[in-house]
Amino acid sequence: MKQHLNTLFVTTDGAYLAKDGEAVAVRIDRQVKLRVPLHNLDGLVCFGRIGISPPLMAACAAAGITISLVDMHGRFRAAIIGFSPGNVLLRREQYRVADDMLAACAIARNMVAAKIANCRSVLLRAIRDANDPNVQSAVQPAIHRLAQDLESARRCTSLDQLRGIEGGAADVYFGCFTTIVAPVAREFRFTSRSRRPPLDPFNSLLSFLYSMLAHDARSACESVGLDAAVGFLHRDRPGRPGLALDLMEEFRPFLADRLALSLINRRQVALAGFRTTESGAVLMDDATRKAVLVAYQKRKQDEITHPVLNEKVSVGLLIQLQARLLARRLRGDLDAYPAFVWK
Amino acid sequence: MFAEDDLLPISALQHLLFCERQCALIHLERQWVENRLTVEGRHLHRRAHDAEDELRDGRRIVRGLALRSLRYGLSGQADVVEVAPLDDVARQRMGAALSGVARFTAGAWSVTPVEYKRGRPKQDDCDRVQLCAQALCLEEMLGLVIPAGALFYGRRRRRTEVFFDAALRETTLAATRRLHELIASRRTPLARREPKCDSCSLLPICLPSAIGRASSMAAWTERQLDRALASAGPTTD
Repeated sequence: MKQHLNTLFVTTDGAYLAKDGEAVAVRIDRQVKLRVPLHNLDGLVCFGRIGISPPLMAACAAAGITISLVDMHGRFRAAIIGFSPGNVLLRREQYRVADDMLAACAIARNMVAAKIANCRSVLLRAIRDANDPNVQSAVQPAIHRLAQDLESARRCTSLDQLRGIEGGAADVYFGCFTTIVAPVAREFRFTSRSRRPPLDPFNSLLSFLYSMLAHDARSACESVGLDAAVGFLHRDRPGRPGLALDLMEEFRPFLADRLALSLINRRQVALAGFRTTESGAVLMDDATRKAVLVAYQKRKQDEITHPVLNEKVSVGLLIQLQARLLARRLRGDLDAYPAFVWK
Repeated sequence: MFAEDDLLPISALQHLLFCERQCALIHLERQWVENRLTVEGRHLHRRAHDAEDELRDGRRIVRGLALRSLRYGLSGQADVVEVAPLDDVARQRMGAALSGVARFTAGAWSVTPVEYKRGRPKQDDCDRVQLCAQALCLEEMLGLVIPAGALFYGRRRRRTEVFFDAALRETTLAATRRLHELIASRRTPLARREPKCDSCSLLPICLPSAIGRASSMAAWTERQLDRALASAGPTTD
């Protein structure tokens, strides 16, 4: 099994990245602070004002390393990628399926059903950990409702209805977040999901983790030769990586939400690490952002047994594997897309 | 006769003989994964190609020679082609500025392709087929007959002579025909998990253990979702 490759996150304002032999050299104030061999990388994420040398861009493009440029808030700005890998026939099949409502729905429905199942598992895990009858009785109705949504999603044959089910399930799910935060961390209140901009620290944290996940999902799509822009659940919109967002759905609860909850519950992030701007947008400070990145990378190193392959794989590799299974579905090797259901 | 656009790489024959799915993944789906073996192989070939052409022991050693056959629809590169004079006229011209094999006239020269391989000789035909395909190209391009070539294995550090007999030629042509069929079909064959998969660098993208259960993923997903609903404790009021 391919070892899990790493993503290099560069967060220091004013850093400059250059090619140094077969490695990336990170320079700060003209001094090399770090060298990372290219063959150890599958992604490079630059936050804010980071310079990159053209030879490094070329070397990354040739080696299949995606460079993502995101702003200070973790919002995706641009990617530098080489020639589209893979097979034009596969991409044409992807477009045909995207244009075929029923075929697109058959794939999207598995993704949404898996996402709802995984949301439900996050809540179940949370009430088990809380071990508090009040929390349990408060969350139990949501768990029940998610079970119903899951049943509706897996029978759904219309993409519009599926999006409705997904949205409803998300409201129910996020509605439990304030309740499942540990008592020691109650200052993190969650009202409702806000994205543009995130209006509370909890949302700020989630948005940041989702943008990391989007980077990974996008790389996974590109590296198997799929067009990250053309999704099934997410319809085409210029500039939006629709397929990457589709692929993310099953991972949001398992990778991002649970990590956000445990960062908060374990006091690895604190309210003091967030700043509210004049517009109400909430930003993380550098130390908090760094702590979140480290936790995200560490989480990706964890091993789980892949349900389809029945092999131990790292969590980070999981996204790659799901992209491959999706490509296999589009090629007709598989009769359905086996979305990741967290056990 | 094939058009230039329809020529397939000689190296694909090796992939085809190893595994049709691997061949399709590389040449149809354009997927490639490096591992230690492939990097070593690439390095060895680069060294073989990069050295200067030379005259040695009365033979001309030509490296990295581009080859093609329009008749069989193949193209590629030979690591080394050795050209030796068979008569005095040819011998006298050896030292002169001979800038290409195409100037060698049939009958006056013996032409021998030599392919460099890492490791040791293999049980199967794939290296011999690749070499034979090079010879078929050379025969077509130069208008002569090439009776034999050689494989040089890195581990043994010595040559193994390969005779292009009728049987090897037929095996090579059959593989070439199958290669063209496979690429024209535009379909990647389904995977089957086999012991040889362990040595394949494409294992992590081929996913034979998943694809082997091809027909059951719909039912499998339903079971996963059922289990997720059931395992998680009481869901009813």
